[in-house]
Amino acid sequence: MRIALFATCIVDAMYPETAKSTVKILERLGHEVVFPKAQACCGQMHINSGYMPEALPVVENHINAFDTDDYDVAVAPSGSCVASVKHQHPRLAERLGKPELKERAVAVGKRTYELSQLLVDVLGITDAAQQLGSYLPETITYHPSCHGMRSLQLGDRQLDLLKTVGGINVEVLPEADQCCGFGGTFSIKNADVSSAMLDDKVKNICSTGASACAGGDASCLMHIGGGLSRTGAKPKTLHLADILASTMEETVTL
Amino acid sequence: MTQVFLGMPAPGHGNLFEEEPFPQAAHRELGNTQMRKNLRHATHTIRDKRLKVVGELPDWDDLRDSGSAIKNNAMANIEELLLQFEKNFTARGGIVHWARDASEANKIVTELVKATGSTEVVKVKSMATQEIGLNEHLETEGIEAFETDLAELIVQLGHDKPSHILVPAIHKNRTQVRDIFLKEMPGVDPTLTDEPAKLAEAARSHLRRKFLASKVAISGANFALADTGTLGVVESEGNGRMCLTLPETLITVMGIEKVLPQWEDLEVFMQLLPRSSTGERMNPYTSLWTGVTEDDGPQNVHIVLLDNGRTRALSDRFGRTALNCIRCSACMNVCPVYERTGGHAYGSTYPGPIGAILSPLMTGIEAEDNGSLPYASSLCGACYDACPVKINIPEILVHLRGEDVDAKRETHKLPTQMDLLMKGGSWALGKGKNIGLLEKALPLGRLMAGKDKKIKKLPGIAAGWTQSRDVPAPPNKSFRDWWSDEKESK
Repeated sequence: MRIALFATCIVDAMYPETAKSTVKILERLGHEVVFPKAQACCGQMHINSGYMPEALPVVENHINAFDTDDYDVAVAPSGSCVASVKHQHPRLAERLGKPELKERAVAVGKRTYELSQLLVDVLGITDAAQQLGSYLPETITYHPSCHGMRSLQLGDRQLDLLKTVGGINVEVLPEADQCCGFGGTFSIKNADVSSAMLDDKVKNICSTGASACAGGDASCLMHIGGGLSRTGAKPKTLHLADILASTMEETVTL
Repeated sequence: MTQVFLGMPAPGHGNLFEEEPFPQAAHRELGNTQMRKNLRHATHTIRDKRLKVVGELPDWDDLRDSGSAIKNNAMANIEELLLQFEKNFTARGGIVHWARDASEANKIVTELVKATGSTEVVKVKSMATQEIGLNEHLETEGIEAFETDLAELIVQLGHDKPSHILVPAIHKNRTQVRDIFLKEMPGVDPTLTDEPAKLAEAARSHLRRKFLASKVAISGANFALADTGTLGVVESEGNGRMCLTLPETLITVMGIEKVLPQWEDLEVFMQLLPRSSTGERMNPYTSLWTGVTEDDGPQNVHIVLLDNGRTRALSDRFGRTALNCIRCSACMNVCPVYERTGGHAYGSTYPGPIGAILSPLMTGIEAEDNGSLPYASSLCGACYDACPVKINIPEILVHLRGEDVDAKRETHKLPTQMDLLMKGGSWALGKGKNIGLLEKALPLGRLMAGKDKKIKKLPGIAAGWTQSRDVPAPPNKSFRDWWSDEKESK
């Protein structure tokens, strides 16, 4: 399969290793990965901040970059950005009275998958150690990010993949389904409430005794990691893609 | 005077406004650690109960779809349904009054009470009368209103404001309730303890005197059925049943969006509502009444049909499903923001996620500090998941953020830094080559980091982030550049 990587802006600029990991996993399975260079961002920050006209060029750019016959499916290592592509793009086009753009947005959305969705639903991965050679001899816990869990209905896809990584021990995160408090510009506009939510998430992670908290969204992980780091807590954060790409020969370091 | 149709239905007024920016209110409420403990305990208990009873129904999601479809249909035909209801309610001896807004409704109710010669009324728990500030209005007219719902009574005796639509005193624990009773309840036993049974007993004997003496009751309604002209109240304590049956005059104030086409619709809502609100399979008391029954119950039966901004909300095509709300409160019980700030932070009678959309939809995003309400959410989506009629609250929150920015854009009230960030971001993220250009500066960002490769303090609005979080030092090279160097050059 020819798979287009939608890296997402935050992974592209801040966590390039996570995008490389995504490429590695897919190449390991024998697929060809392409990176449409015109891509930039899904526009979620603009949309969720209410700046709709400013979001339009960002969304149009994404649709132009991915509305091509150059690939079979697109994948992003982020539930939130995929949810934006699938749900917010058509809605923005409708709001701004652009029916043709809406149609193209829906088409791009249909071909765009979150990483665990692609791996489980399309590529049939049920055992990460067996099929991907994934290996990580650590105790981790797992935070299911809200947009993956609720907007994309990912269910246990990410967690099931993590549990089948070689050498891994996954501890249950108390109150796992509670938001970490990130919410994009919510973390700035309502910094106090956001910090109160983060505080509880950090405490719950620490209570598991895990050495890392895994998740499928780099933005939430940056938020949680930022809180862990500030409080001097031991656990690190690790993206699902980095764990799946980790092997016995090349084990990801915490 | 000629009336000119301006296109937008009139905004509502009353207790529907955020009175200060939400972040400011939240900051204050977050400091109340006792309240946060009370709220955490209460919301978590009710969440677990809801999940348990909802899990028992294999067709829960289908029921939610039905509830949503019935409501959408009712809202699309609201005019015909209200007229049908009026016809049937009137035919059975009831009297229908129409109120455009809070002040009209208050005036109608005051006149009806005054006509009875009574200066006291008992009240069934009602959101609509909270919304219009009826008790306060009646007080200025020399009429005393007694709340009979236990939690409303606690709020009223404590000279407090409700902080939740179902459990208005959710921010108080039982020791605080005992203290309020001891201080404010006439004739209370001075040895009263904080045992729930003792507190309930104290309230019961206090209220019983009122039920037996009052000639007028005021209620809200959960449903109005157009095909029969029937009204319904769903409750737990039985105080509502007392008010609805004992007095001579019964005045109901109901938002127009409560109308349902037919009796059979209750089949769906009586499954959805108790499970979503109190986490019970069925609530203890459901009272349904149709006009006047000779020699049985109230002989003067009125209903005030209240708009107060509802047609305004209905005219917003991206926001109108907010009117489908059946006031179950599931959204606030599951909301991580509400759990921490409590209901008072939202200003309006309607707090939590539904309040954050209803208040601006009914009164306008520009009104007072309503513009700050749609941002009072991390958009985690727990509210949408819990909503029994599938109101996509996060989607409407985002829509209203757009309305807020558009309104502020026109009046040049957008905060400068956020505006610059968004405009700059629109350029930077609008083209692959623009973001690529900026990413060349990533190594510069590394200079901001300390020896531990962490950025501890960011300037301007981003300082909100670093108040509780570090930022990792950026990488030397973006993925985009790595791809060009490693993949394309080979």
